[in-house]
Amino acid sequence: MNANRLPYLLILPVTLFLCLFFLYPFIQVASQAFTGSDGFSLSNFENVFSDWKFPISLKNTLLLAAAVVPVQLGLALLMATMVNRMQKGRDLVLYVWTIPLGISDLAAGIIWLAIFEQSGFLNSMMQGLGFIDRPTTLLSYKNMGLVFLAIALAEIWRATAIMLVILVAGIGLIPKEYYEAAEVFGASPWKRFLRITLPLLRPSLQTALVLRVILAFEIFAVVAALGGTLFPVLMGETYAYQFERLNSGGAAAIALVILGISIAFTLVILRILRVPKGAQI
Amino acid sequence: MKTIRNTLAAAIALPIAISATSAQADVLFWSTQAKPVQEQQAMREQVLASIDGVDYQANDGGPWITRLNAELEAGSGAIGVLGALHGDYAAMDPADLVDLDDLGVTSNSSTFNSLAMLGTDNTKYIPWMQASYIMAANKEALQYLPEDADINALSYDELIQWAANVHEATGEAKFGFPAGPKGLKHRFFQGYLYPSFTDGVVRTFASDKAVAAWEKFLELWEHTNPASTNFSFLQEQLLNGDAWIAFDHTSRLAQAFNERPDDFVAFPAPAGPEGRGFMPVLAGVAIPRTAPDMDASKELVKHLMKPETQLATLKATNFFPVVDVNLPADLPPAVKAAGDAVAKMSSSADANPGLLPAGLGSKGGDFSKVYSDTFERIVLAGQDIRTVLNDQKGKLSAIMQETGAPCWAPDAPSEGACPVE
Repeated sequence: MNANRLPYLLILPVTLFLCLFFLYPFIQVASQAFTGSDGFSLSNFENVFSDWKFPISLKNTLLLAAAVVPVQLGLALLMATMVNRMQKGRDLVLYVWTIPLGISDLAAGIIWLAIFEQSGFLNSMMQGLGFIDRPTTLLSYKNMGLVFLAIALAEIWRATAIMLVILVAGIGLIPKEYYEAAEVFGASPWKRFLRITLPLLRPSLQTALVLRVILAFEIFAVVAALGGTLFPVLMGETYAYQFERLNSGGAAAIALVILGISIAFTLVILRILRVPKGAQI
Repeated sequence: MKTIRNTLAAAIALPIAISATSAQADVLFWSTQAKPVQEQQAMREQVLASIDGVDYQANDGGPWITRLNAELEAGSGAIGVLGALHGDYAAMDPADLVDLDDLGVTSNSSTFNSLAMLGTDNTKYIPWMQASYIMAANKEALQYLPEDADINALSYDELIQWAANVHEATGEAKFGFPAGPKGLKHRFFQGYLYPSFTDGVVRTFASDKAVAAWEKFLELWEHTNPASTNFSFLQEQLLNGDAWIAFDHTSRLAQAFNERPDDFVAFPAPAGPEGRGFMPVLAGVAIPRTAPDMDASKELVKHLMKPETQLATLKATNFFPVVDVNLPADLPPAVKAAGDAVAKMSSSADANPGLLPAGLGSKGGDFSKVYSDTFERIVLAGQDIRTVLNDQKGKLSAIMQETGAPCWAPDAPSEGACPVE
């Protein structure tokens, strides 16, 4: 076997798989989005953009990503550095922290609904402690702030672990010598984090952020469970177009909008966190 | 070596052979109805036990239509019989469904039978079972019923007063409305609120009477549990006490009556100035043109229409028969309660029955969205009623023009597409 060809041969199955189950459907969806009743048209996009819910769901999706991702980034960094310093029980802590990752997003939404709903845990607890006389409705159109907070909390709880896992692996790759040298020169732990960990973590940060941001734009089940119809997001609208209104063209159009936003943000993240050629480890 | 290979081959071939034979023998009954696990189990064990070789699979509307469309596009499939709502069939191309005129089974309602032709000259599906929407209340709420109000002949004003009394007495808004993502709120507007206040659904969409209807609904909303936007099956909220008075589909209230029959009452929907609007739910069975074994499929459809099967279906799903049957005395509490309420509703002096939307084809979803969007804009977003109605009117009118659907009751008949006045 020619050693030059081996890598290509090895990635062939994955490539074929992706072409069949990703590229081919993607091309179909893209062509569907631009197909009207008679050939090429932008009518699906006009239809989607003129819907009164579209700007609201776009705004909600972006706001949620803007609120959730930075918190997750901070938390994941904090947790990753903590785990890294641990001598004993590191694996156990890591496993416990990544449990939410194993739970489906709908299940996560329902867990948090059980906490926040009118006869839920939060209400019963506050009533039991005497803070309130009777259970109140927390998740309603009257408390949109709280609905937003509940969704954000559920998302943070559920999906921080994915960043954590990537960052823990990234920190493990940083050579110990840098830290030892910094210690010799008397750098404080905070300085070491800022000057060594963060810059050398760039590639992992890139991956973690790209993954997380894309997933944030695809948020659906958690919102459906906690917000009901109150908090429209882009993915929910896609679902509604496809399965409630049986309008595949419209669904394809929104899906492409989500794809466009994801690509734009990915490019921005790649650009901001790029590692100059000479600085790679 | 050779024997090992042979054994291996046999081991691999065996399950394939088994699945191939079972796929051939079983008629796949592909349904959007009787979806909750208990109902699926009851369908298999009670309704379909007396006929051999039926594989009952219930699914959400999305996966249901996706697989069906895939089979139709491929030109061959495994689905033998379809079970779905009238609206699901109306959204399909009638040519994809086998004509069932020669089957010799029909429902006892000529309205249903003509709806089942889907605008063609042939029977495209057989009406299978029916239901409706009713009201239900926790018995604790009865003490707050306004004086001299008859629970079986409530008006919208009395209902609002009742909900207000409960609100005042308990400090909580306890009217429950299915405004959740899977809730059937649009049916309330199409079949109940609009007919009761405007004696129409499409023609009167943006009329002054419609403005009055929405104003009335806003009054009711004052006393509606604000978490209603998460309610989709009101039986849950009746059982956990979040709602004391509720409106929903009979089968979405059934669990409450079956679990605690002594705690709840069922009663007719309220009446407005134009009568007591209400609307049926109609499910049907059909055979797709790609069914693998046409005879077996037809046998299953005939089986489902037998009076004894229809009774078993009633017990399993809380959907009522569409053929003449003698109802036995040992019916589940939910069936009794819902049956009584529906009977009172349809026999009331001011009954104003509506029909299911017809002729909308694949625009059925868009049609319902007009009503749910109107609700979300007026009630949740607090926009001006007149402005919203005038705005949504354009969308409704476009749908009617595009489909050319004629008016259905209670709207006055139309020549051609039903106009939005």
